[in-house]
Amino acid sequence: MSGIILPGADGALYQRDRAWHPPADTPTYKSTTFRAPKQSLLALGPTKSELSGPTFGHEKLGALDNDLIRNFSQDGTEAIGQRLVVYGQVLDENARPVPRTLVEFWQANAGGRYRHKKEGYLAAIDPNFGGFGRALTDENGFYSFRTIKPGAYPWPNGGNDWRPAHIHFSVFGHAFAQRLITQMYFEGDPMIWQCPIVGTVPDKAGIDQLIARLDRHNTAPMDALAYRFDIVLRGRRSTMFENKLEGN
Amino acid sequence: MLHPVPTLKETPSQTAGPYVHIGMTPNFCGITGVIDADMGLSMLTPDTKGQRIVITGRVIDGSGAPVADAVIEIWQADADGGFVTPPSRDSNSRPSFLGWGRQPADAEGSFTFETIKPGPVAGPDGRPQAPHVSLWIVARGINIGLQTRLYFSDEAAANAEDYVLNKIMDKRRRPTLIAQKQDGDVPRYVLDIHLQGPNETVFFDF
Repeated sequence: MSGIILPGADGALYQRDRAWHPPADTPTYKSTTFRAPKQSLLALGPTKSELSGPTFGHEKLGALDNDLIRNFSQDGTEAIGQRLVVYGQVLDENARPVPRTLVEFWQANAGGRYRHKKEGYLAAIDPNFGGFGRALTDENGFYSFRTIKPGAYPWPNGGNDWRPAHIHFSVFGHAFAQRLITQMYFEGDPMIWQCPIVGTVPDKAGIDQLIARLDRHNTAPMDALAYRFDIVLRGRRSTMFENKLEGN
Repeated sequence: MLHPVPTLKETPSQTAGPYVHIGMTPNFCGITGVIDADMGLSMLTPDTKGQRIVITGRVIDGSGAPVADAVIEIWQADADGGFVTPPSRDSNSRPSFLGWGRQPADAEGSFTFETIKPGPVAGPDGRPQAPHVSLWIVARGINIGLQTRLYFSDEAAANAEDYVLNKIMDKRRRPTLIAQKQDGDVPRYVLDIHLQGPNETVFFDF
């Protein structure tokens, strides 16, 4: 390879397509009004400070961290609701798996009620459901967890706005500039297309990327339905040339 | 030779929402027993090298109100300017300084990190960048996490030469990234993050 110039060998990330992501200021989602910067973002090529990021090992994860049906159980009683396995692959834009990265998820219970002091929705708390979980992706970038299907819930935005059933995701990747928070929705939910937060994503194809698919083949008979949700993080130039496991 | 181009689009961001604490600081919001301690609350171990400092400030919205439901993460080099990355197969040995922290804002929008002062990191031009901490801010009403940096007021010479600070064409905006030092047994560096308005913080697209 000596003497060959590799145009992308500096390991920089692909520029984030800000027209694909939601803009900061989206008036139909009212909370953005005072929280959206008015000045332009200052575009910079990432330095070592952004191309690096924290890594988390298996030793920090407990056996039930990815089982929301049981990880908040008070006396062995399982959470109430439609039992699910949610799984998927974390990839980069080059379609390369992102191994050993931390994925965190949180959600409301089957009735749409969050276990949070600021939440006052009248739907009941489930004493055996906390709503938090986390998993580390495996060598091939796959994560999975067991949970119950969250309910839709109303929120004070318009006069009668309801969030579609959704699960929040936080993904680290291997660079601080890959850090991502998003939300997963469920295939076929008519509420998706009425939601002002979903509607902050400008492109319908971008919204479609947030919708998990029912996976009948991986459904556990007499136990749990399966949904697949793949997550794509920013790609790195060097991965086009260097087929290294830790390449991203 | 095939011409490689990206084959997938990045998953679009969505707001972290008002209940982000359930997922990022579960013990803080009363979901106890699932994990021992919230991740990133404590950055220091007795073996961590470097000068102990406190980084503190508030997150404030365009109306002047505190952003009481924000979560702030920081990422920084160690005292020698090194990062604990990339992961290796045997990275299960705990590093004495990971370089990453996470704190929820309180009712006043305040956040506090007990950490060390980072060493200088090489910049793209080969020269050292001024000591800095990278910040990432999420909250209800923030559709995509905001990326910024914190620099130190007692590093004026290095700040004047910094690669990133010098990319901010309007010099009047550079002070929005410079935390002011308050002396004490453990020096405190104070920086308010203004999401919007006359003192709006410079946010980056890295």
